Amino acid sequence: MTVAQAAALGLTEEEYQRIVETLRREPTAAELAMYGAMWSEHCSYKSSKIYLKTLPTEGPRIVMGPGESAGIIDIGDGLVAVFKLESHNHPSFVEPVQGAATGVGGIVRDIISAGARPVALLDPLRFGMPDEWAQRHLLGGVVAGISQYGNSIGIPTVGGEVKFDPCYRGNPLVNVMCIGIGEAAHVQRARAEGTGNVALLMGSKTGRDGIGGVSVLASRPFDAEAEAKRPSVQVGDPFTEKVVIEACLEIARRGLLVGLQDLGGAGLCCATSETASRGMVGLDLNLDAVPLREAGMEPFEILTSESQERMLAIVRPDDVEQALEICRTWGVLATPVARVKDGGNLTVTFHGEVVADVPARSLADEGPTYHRPAARPDWIDGLRASDPLSLDAPKDLGEALLELLGSPNVCSKRWVYQQYDSIVQHNTLEGPGGDAAVLRIEGTPRALAISTDGNGRWCQLDPRLGAQLAVAEAARNVACTGARPVAITNCLNFGNPEHPDVMWQFAEAVAGIGEACRALGTPVTGGNVSFYNQTGETQIHPTPVIGMVGVLEDASKRLGIGWPADHDVVLLGETRAELGGSEWAWVAHEHLGGTPPALDLDAERRLLELVATLTESSVIASAHDCSDGGLGVALSECAISSGVGAVIEPDRSLTPHVWLFSESASRIIVTAPHAKAVIEMAKAAGVPSIPLGRSGGARLEISGLLEVPVADLAAAFEGALPRLLS
Amino acid sequence: MNVGVIQFPGSNDELDAVWAVRHLGGEAQLVWHGASSLGDVDAVVLPGGFSYGDYLRCGAIARFAKVMPAVVDFARSGGPVLGICNGFQILCEAGLLPGALVRNEGLKFVCRPQPIRVERSISSLVDAGEGEVLVIPVKHGDGRYVASAELLRLLVAEGQVVFRYCDAQGRSTDDANPNGATGGIAGVCNEAGNVLGMMPHPEHAVDASVGFHSADGVAVIGGLLKRAVRA
Repeated sequence: MTVAQAAALGLTEEEYQRIVETLRREPTAAELAMYGAMWSEHCSYKSSKIYLKTLPTEGPRIVMGPGESAGIIDIGDGLVAVFKLESHNHPSFVEPVQGAATGVGGIVRDIISAGARPVALLDPLRFGMPDEWAQRHLLGGVVAGISQYGNSIGIPTVGGEVKFDPCYRGNPLVNVMCIGIGEAAHVQRARAEGTGNVALLMGSKTGRDGIGGVSVLASRPFDAEAEAKRPSVQVGDPFTEKVVIEACLEIARRGLLVGLQDLGGAGLCCATSETASRGMVGLDLNLDAVPLREAGMEPFEILTSESQERMLAIVRPDDVEQALEICRTWGVLATPVARVKDGGNLTVTFHGEVVADVPARSLADEGPTYHRPAARPDWIDGLRASDPLSLDAPKDLGEALLELLGSPNVCSKRWVYQQYDSIVQHNTLEGPGGDAAVLRIEGTPRALAISTDGNGRWCQLDPRLGAQLAVAEAARNVACTGARPVAITNCLNFGNPEHPDVMWQFAEAVAGIGEACRALGTPVTGGNVSFYNQTGETQIHPTPVIGMVGVLEDASKRLGIGWPADHDVVLLGETRAELGGSEWAWVAHEHLGGTPPALDLDAERRLLELVATLTESSVIASAHDCSDGGLGVALSECAISSGVGAVIEPDRSLTPHVWLFSESASRIIVTAPHAKAVIEMAKAAGVPSIPLGRSGGARLEISGLLEVPVADLAAAFEGALPRLLS
Repeated sequence: MNVGVIQFPGSNDELDAVWAVRHLGGEAQLVWHGASSLGDVDAVVLPGGFSYGDYLRCGAIARFAKVMPAVVDFARSGGPVLGICNGFQILCEAGLLPGALVRNEGLKFVCRPQPIRVERSISSLVDAGEGEVLVIPVKHGDGRYVASAELLRLLVAEGQVVFRYCDAQGRSTDDANPNGATGGIAGVCNEAGNVLGMMPHPEHAVDASVGFHSADGVAVIGGLLKRAVRA
């Protein structure tokens, strides 16, 4: 093998030398392919791990933090929630329907690996502006892919985001979060243990699809030849996924599993080396036993194929027959392909010959670590200096509000989520369209609240603050249902890490996430890094997406965003003159500049705690986070949701449009029969509050500024996306 | 009184159907697609989902499942049978119900709360009066009911059209029709009135705290239970 062959697999010369040192010889073709896949950015986190190590990962409810397939938290009554957020950006740009579909399939198998039943999906998506045909085509394809796959496997899609910005034009973001519920006593580990135990390969046959997915697609920038990479995208088979889910869960329920891991990026090579490395054992892997889709596949192809819908189950020899019987019942193909052995080597045979014999740890855990150069880019100062407070004020605030409600980022995403089955499994208390999704935990009085959030524009202006704001907003969204935020997962979407400015953005964002998670008491249970989100020289805005999970102790006290009639409307938190990176500046002036809203993490924590207390003591009737588009949009959404108007008094110390559209952080609109109790409890909690007015009638009236029928607000909000996409 | 819910590989709403029956005080059990008899059941539900993946015409493979002859016998002997969504498709494929279900007119999967109007029919499974509007979720990609003009006339004349899509006021309009179904037909029954197929999911509307916050599906699941007691 040569350095040139290594380079074709994405390995550098230094990395090649390192392999030679590890093995004390030249690698075989199969070995080189295995290292190429496992040491890719996607699998090894080589550019990011020095930063990820700084994140807080411990807390009273954390059962398992980063390192295995998904994070696990204790949700009471002997139950755990298992969750993870992952990207499928590049495959979805190359082939939107299948790229998005297989993204769903992959994250679902991560949840299965822990022995939990997947109970919900959420999809944070980013595209270029929808006035371009190609972007509408991408959006339509991605949504169709999620819809086809998610609906077919019986897991409700209950939330997510759809946002548009020109920076995603050549590199859309397709992130998928899955959450599952399982019994604490039956949590599965993704590890191989016990000499003589058998590894069963379950699910689809192995084909030539997806070879090089992690190294060719996920770990390199895009170029003009992106379309030629289409064969690197796999094709999804949701029916096989569905029966693999049922078979795996039944094998787990019967207590037959030693370990379980999905086959995702880098396929069999990754699943065998990671399970062996975690269990500190070796594996004898017989490629002749692997069921193939086509004859004549080379060992390296079998090892790194990313054919979908496959799982690796480690079982004791005495349990093999019982596990196979369960697979037969469900019509799932299952084949013993490997056996656990002492020592730490992954030994691969093909046609009776050893084609690879390498330390499993060297593949899975001892890959290279890079301290890539990071430098604050010069351009950021110019961007931050351009404050939108100096932009022209709108002539008519009512029209400005309607324009904002009908803009791509703010408008209702019903066109998208109506294509997702959001109610299967009969636990959806609140589906898409609210601040956070709420799922009943069957057999308990509790519920889970889940939200995904991220604001690329704010991160472009200040990645550290932008990332903090993403954590805070995700927590606030969860809190608006009455729940207490517990833990996060994340998907860190960034540009090319070989550029010092991108690496600086990444380092800053991770630091910001860590600070916010420490302050809010929501540790990081894991996540995913997606680099190389660039096309040509265009880097995406740094886009860390946060998936927040919270627990609501009494599901019957759950709050919605819609306000009832004849209630006092109260704003918790303070409105300041903050339009930097705001939706209004973008929609009215296509302006991106200034600094994101300031964030006081202590104040945020007090606010979150206050809303939980107000919910538990049944003082408030509704709660809604105030974010994109400021008070104007948030008040409109409360009104649209219930069909009830309000009369609101503005704060006359601020310029009207600044007050209406400022995106100051840490604000929640709540309603109560009388404001007094809310104001008193807020004061005791150290949270600023101000009565805004009273709900009722069929118009949203903001005294002296605007007066619009709720029906007109709803028409602008609901009508926009169908019109933009038609 | 015991409801058998058939479980095909690829069924998704079978546990929801079991839950809905139990929620309304009935008993329910899953019946595996590979079983050759239904066991001791008083009513049968064919649930929603994507049986065998439905990569061909929906329900086209499920009709050949080992359990289906027992379902056909049960239906022909007058036992109450409810097919929901994929179950409706399977009943049509199996010849137990007239007509067919094809791709939605809009070519997209649609999941939304859906008002349907109760028609004057011979169905013995519906516990609601003619003209009542029920809000029951739809969620399907292949739910457009089609029938020839001649069959359609016959179905109306014989009282076999059980539900039509409508708006909140009970009016049939194009906007209220989620899939372009002929005549806005959402559910039909057989000539004897004991077999009902419908695209909307009544099992997802028995508890107003979840889903789309309607309990109007009680008219169908509750109706099935009442009928099962009589049978």
